[in-house]
This record gives sequence, C-alpha cells and structure tokens, in this order.
Amino acid sequence: MDLSDTPAEAGFRCGLRSWLAKAMAELGPPPDPADWPARRAYDTAWQRQLYEAGYAGVHWPAEAGGRGAGPVEHLILLEETERAGAPYVGANFVGLLHAGPTIVAEGTPEQRRRYLPPILRGEEIWCQGFSEPDAGSDLAALRTRAVRDGDHYVVTGSKIWTSHAEVADWCELLVRTDPEAPRHQGISWLILPMDASGVTVRPLRTLAGTTEFAELFLDEVRVPVSNRVGAENDGWRVTMVTLSFERGTAFAAEVVACRRTLGRLARLAETEGAWTDAVLRRRFGLLAGQFDALWRLVQWNVSEAAAAAARTGGDAVPGAGASVFKLRFSEARQELYDLAAEVLGSGSLLLGAVGEEEDWTGQRLQGLSYTIAAGTSQIQRSIVAQRILGLPKPRSATRGS
Amino acid sequence: MDFRLTVEQRELQAAVRALLAGRFGPERLRAAVDDDGGGPDPVLWAELRRAGVFGLRGPDGADGSDGRAGSDGLGLGLAEAVLVFEELGRALVPGPLVATELAGALGLDGTAALVRLPAGRGPLLVEQLPRLDLLLVLDTGSGELRRVDPAEVAAGAEPVRAVDPLTPLWRVDAALPSGTLLDRADAALVWTEGTLLTAALQVGLADRAVRSAVVHAGRREQFGQPIGAFQAVQHLCADMLARLEPARVAVRAAAVVLDADGATPAARAAVAGAKLLADEAAVRGARDCLQVHGGMGFTWEADVQLLLKRSWVWQHSFADSEECAELLSRQLLL
Ligand SMILES: Cc1cc2nc3c(=O)[nH]c(=O)nc-3n(C[C@H](O)[C@H](O)[C@H](O)COP(=O)(O)OP(=O)(O)OC[C@H]3O[C@@H](n4cnc5c(N)ncnc54)[C@H](O)[C@@H]3O)c2cc1C
Repeated sequence: MDLSDTPAEAGFRCGLRSWLAKAMAELGPPPDPADWPARRAYDTAWQRQLYEAGYAGVHWPAEAGGRGAGPVEHLILLEETERAGAPYVGANFVGLLHAGPTIVAEGTPEQRRRYLPPILRGEEIWCQGFSEPDAGSDLAALRTRAVRDGDHYVVTGSKIWTSHAEVADWCELLVRTDPEAPRHQGISWLILPMDASGVTVRPLRTLAGTTEFAELFLDEVRVPVSNRVGAENDGWRVTMVTLSFERGTAFAAEVVACRRTLGRLARLAETEGAWTDAVLRRRFGLLAGQFDALWRLVQWNVSEAAAAAARTGGDAVPGAGASVFKLRFSEARQELYDLAAEVLGSGSLLLGAVGEEEDWTGQRLQGLSYTIAAGTSQIQRSIVAQRILGLPKPRSATRGS
Repeated sequence: MDFRLTVEQRELQAAVRALLAGRFGPERLRAAVDDDGGGPDPVLWAELRRAGVFGLRGPDGADGSDGRAGSDGLGLGLAEAVLVFEELGRALVPGPLVATELAGALGLDGTAALVRLPAGRGPLLVEQLPRLDLLLVLDTGSGELRRVDPAEVAAGAEPVRAVDPLTPLWRVDAALPSGTLLDRADAALVWTEGTLLTAALQVGLADRAVRSAVVHAGRREQFGQPIGAFQAVQHLCADMLARLEPARVAVRAAAVVLDADGATPAARAAVAGAKLLADEAAVRGARDCLQVHGGMGFTWEADVQLLLKRSWVWQHSFADSEECAELLSRQLLL
C-alpha cells in the first residue's frame, strides 16, 4: 500500500501545478450556464489549452494523440485541476470520459485516428444517445432501428435526455440492428454525425430551469457502416465498457470538488451561526469522512485497474466496483447540498449565488439527477448484488425478449 | 502510487486468516459463548502472541535479549497492523486486542486494556478487568499516559451484565490510582492508533456481516426461490457492501498516512473519518445482516447477534462517532 507519488508522478504533479497556476491566472470568468454556444466555446478553449500544454488524454495512447501515461497520471490530473478550481470537463464530458475511452478500447485503428485527436484538441463535442422514452433503466428495450442499406445504416427512432445534444458534433448512438435476436444481442454501437440530414434536436427544460439535455429525433438518417464501433449486434458488450467508464472515473474529479465545497460550506455555516449546532457539525464531519473515503476508493480502483492493464497489456477498464462508487458518491453529493439548505435556512428558497458563494440551491436542484443519470441508484444496487456479491437473478427479469 | 496490497501484505493477511480459521473457527466461537463469558481464551491468546499479533510494531529481531519472553517485535507498520486487525475483527476474537497491541508497541508485555479520563458519556467500563496484566490510563487533560495496576482497580470495581456475551465488563466508580507515568509515550498518538486499529476490527466485522447475509440469502428459500433473488434483499446487501468498501480503503489509507507522517492534524482527521465510516459499516451492516436472517437472526443460536453486539462494543472503544465527527468538522474550518 503506497499512496505517495513515485518520482515520475511527483514530477508530473509539480509541472502540472505550476502550469495550472499560470493558466488559471489568465482564465476569463465562466459563461452564463444557459448560454450553450458560449459554454461550448469556453469548455473547448480550456480543453485546447490542456492539449497544447500536453495534458490532454494523459492516459490515452500516443497514436490517439494522448500522452501514453498510466491511469495514475490521469488521476493526478483530475485531482490537481479540480484543486486549482479549473473548469470542469463540461461540454467535453461524453467525448473525454466515455466515447473516447470506448473508442480507445474498442475502436478500429481508423476510428481511433479519426475521432480521438479532435476530442483531445477540444474541436469536437460528443453526446450520448442511449436512453429512449421507453428504454431508460431497461436500456436493452431500445427500439431505434438501423436497417442495412449497402454501406450505410438507415436509422429511425428517437432518443431522450441526451445531454449536450444542442452543441454536439457526434453522438454515441445505440441502435437495434437485429429485431429478431434476443434483446441484448441485436444492438449495435454507432457514431452518429449530428449534422446528418434527418436529425432533429429539441431541447428539454430540467427542473433546475436549465436546458441540460434534449430529445433527439432520427428520421431515416444515413450512417456509414464504418461508423460502427465493435461488431454488428455486439453493441451491448461495447455499451457495458462505456458505462463502466461513466460510473468509474468519470465522477472522480467531482469528489475533490465536493470536498472543497464542503469546506466553503463549513465557513458559511460559521458566519451564518449554524456551526454552534452540534448535530449539524456532526453531519459535516460524516460527510468529510465520506468524500475522503470516496477519493481513496477511486485511488484503490485505479491502482487495481492499472495493475490489471499492466498484466494483460490491455486498457484499464474499470470493473463492477465502479457501481459501489457511483452509488455512494451520488448520495453523498445530494447530502452535501441538503446540508447547505439547512445552513441557509429560508435562504435556501432563493436561486442564485449567495454573496461570493455559489448557487447552493441551483446546485441542489441539479444534484437531484445524480441518483438517476448514468444508471439509477436502484439499478446500481442490483448490479452490486448480482455481479459483485453473486446473488441470484430475480426470476421475473429472466424474461425472453 | 500503488495502493494495492504488496505481496508480503497479502501473505500476512492470508497467514493470519488461516491461523484464525484453525484456532478460532465457528465452533470455538460458539464454545466461547457457551463458556459464559470466560474472557480471552488463554490458549488462543498465547498463540496470537506467539504469532506476533501483539508485537507487530515492536522493534524487529530483539531475540529476547532483554530476557522477556515474546518481546520480539515484527518491526512492521500500521499498514500491516490494520490488515491483521481486519482479520481479528472478522473472526470476532474476544478480548482487549487493541490495547494489548498498543502496549506491545510501547514495549510493555501482557494483556492490557486502556481507558481514557474523563470518560465519554456513560459509566467508566473496563473489559476483562481481573484478567488484565496492565491497565493504561490516558488523561486527556494533561496528555499523560499512565500505567496502573489492574488488581488495585479491580478492588473498587463491580462486574456488570454486559450486552456482548464475549465482552465481560467491570464498572469502575472509584477514582483510579495514579500509577506510573509512561513518559516516553505520546498519548495523543496512542489514542489515534487505537482508534484506527478499532476501525480495522469493525471493517473485518462488517465484511463478515455482508458475507454472512449473502450466504444466507443464497440458501434460504421463500415463495419458491432464494430470498437473495428478491430485490429488497439484494438492495440491503448492496448497501452493506457500499458502506464497507469506502470504510475499508479509508482505514488502510489512514494507516499509510499515519505511518508516513505521524499524527499530523490531517492524519488524525483521516483516522477519525475511517472510524466513523467503519463504525457505520459494522453497526448498520450487522443490523442489516440480522434483517436478512429473519426470525433465525433473532435467535441466540445464530451468530448474527454476536456481530451486532460486538459492533456496539467497538463503536464505544477509543474515539466514538461523536468525537470523530467533531474532530473532522473542526478540521474543515482550518
Ligand atoms: C441529467 C440527466 C442527464 C442524462 N443524460 C443522458 C445522456 O446524455 N444520454 C442518455 O442516453 N441518457 C441520459 N440520461 C438518462 C438516464 O440514463 C435515465 O434517466 C436513467 O437511466 C433512468 O431511466 P428512466 O429515466 O427511464 O427511469 P425509469 O427506468 O423509468 O425508472 C424510474 C424509477 O424506477 C426505478 N426502476 C426502474 N427499473 C428498475 C428495476 N429493474 N429495479 C428497481 N428499480 C427500477 C428506477 O430506479 C427509478 O427510480 C440522463 C438523465 C438525466 C437525469
């Protein structure tokens, strides 16, 4: 058990820190969260800066435009950028944290060459078209059809809750390529160009009043067969790879952010007078312990994944343990903003920033999605019970189609 | 950074697990219960001592040259000690394990208990009082650690009915004798280490709770299928694991930090967080394990009660939830 940096890791961290200090000093204020084009511009410009400094895709292979370092360096990058208060991946989320890693793990050499570098350079934005109106938790119930026509698939159907769809260039799209096959076996993973004819995006408004996601309508959209990642009808397996990234390290940086936010909230509680309440202080203590432990869990999982990758010579794909992390983290983040509401009292009924502090209530609303998006907490519990603990599958779920 | 266990650490873990499976398996555990709280089994205790469990951190290669039997330490760190204590916790070994190990690390021999003054909420209770060789008294006010003769204390103490059948308690109402000052001991460090090792015991216990629930849920059938196929039961088990895993890594990380940096404020906060999470994983895990066992879980026959009751004992050993949460919350304002 060694938590200290190796000399190489320490050198990487040190260089990154000084670069961040300089880059952060020159960084402009973040845009209005409702202004998607501005957000895209801001997030991709930051990504470009990271790229030019050599910090984009540190753990991606060099042929993909990455640095070819290990997952530990990636973790250091997440930790340090978050500590420095640097912009979050934002609009680059899907590309950097799951479409990209999926293409690294499952794409063809041509696909890697074509799609990965623009993600790292902050030139192209991705969205995720998995969920459908009737296929959320039960993702394998998806119905969007892709019919082969020569060297194209003709895609018809609709997707929903597609984050960043308004500004995305590409979409990782799940389609049904064999309607006759058992439900998990007829699915394929496609790269959909968002500007293709027949693609319509209709923004949806969230309960926080923002437009984070959209509906996607696909009307006979022609997608080249060469845009398929993995074999035809093997999309479910590829999807499991994608989701393990989403639940594994995609939220890691947010743990660091939550820990820092908890510190700011403690100081706010002190000025607001709530700190004298021992019961409240106790909740602060417990949450601090939770976020610290969640960060240790990330380090543990990354150590395991790095060792497995070194052993097999393959890529570090997070295991089912990612669900344990996702489950605890999404709940702890909600507890953090519930605690903020208690500190603020009736002030929690107001939207917008409080003095120099953040928009606690806006974040509280936003955070309600954490136990739903990327697989609900109920689904995570079932995964933990069945795949990690090995409990039997419920009889009702082993239905045929 | 490579947070995984080293080969040596895995071997140590496996060796202790095998030793305990052989010497303190399910039958021995039940026999100890039926023994009506006989206290730490002297044979087992001697074997643990021989295996080095109480001298993990004592200096290596002492060769008994100071003439005291069993005083050779293994020269290991807390990182190894927490792995051993996870196993002791999993096996539910009774007795004042933590204080005896702490005493060993201070170069003191013999079965030891540790109490702190002023005590927390509730009466001052000492485990196994008549069987102790040493009683360590930590004075929070002066920051001193003293060694007191347990026989002197026992004279003014009363045995009480204790909740855990394997942790007999004595209630001490009289003032404690002043004893001898251990002037080279860092009392705050000893308290922090004791808190961490107790957290490790809880992690082992919580691990046993989740395994026991899973085994039972896979075997017991109702409505024509194993109860483990029901989502309500699966989700209880999943939550047990989701509380355990962060606690386990928190304990291990705190040990590494304490080994490297000593009892810095950050390291003490790490230990406090680890104990908080470990207590929660153990106490709630044992409670959920009982629920999964249904009516069987409510019987004296089933071992679930032993898990639950011991988790309560360890929850009140060394820093409790209140103290840990206070320490952590203070740290937030720094
Ligand atoms: C902010 C946000 C962003 C999102 N972004 C994207 C995106 O970019 N791309 C994308 O494809 N999707 C996205 N999603 C969709 C998300 O993945 C789904 O909302 C989620 O998987 C749940 O599906 P559902 O909404 O259909 O809920 P349902 O599946 O209808 O679930 C409703 C309730 O029933 C419970 N439930 C359902 N099935 C079970 C079961 N088997 N056992 C126990 N309980 C069950 C659920 O836990 C939940 O409590 C996003 C969602 C949110 C909130």
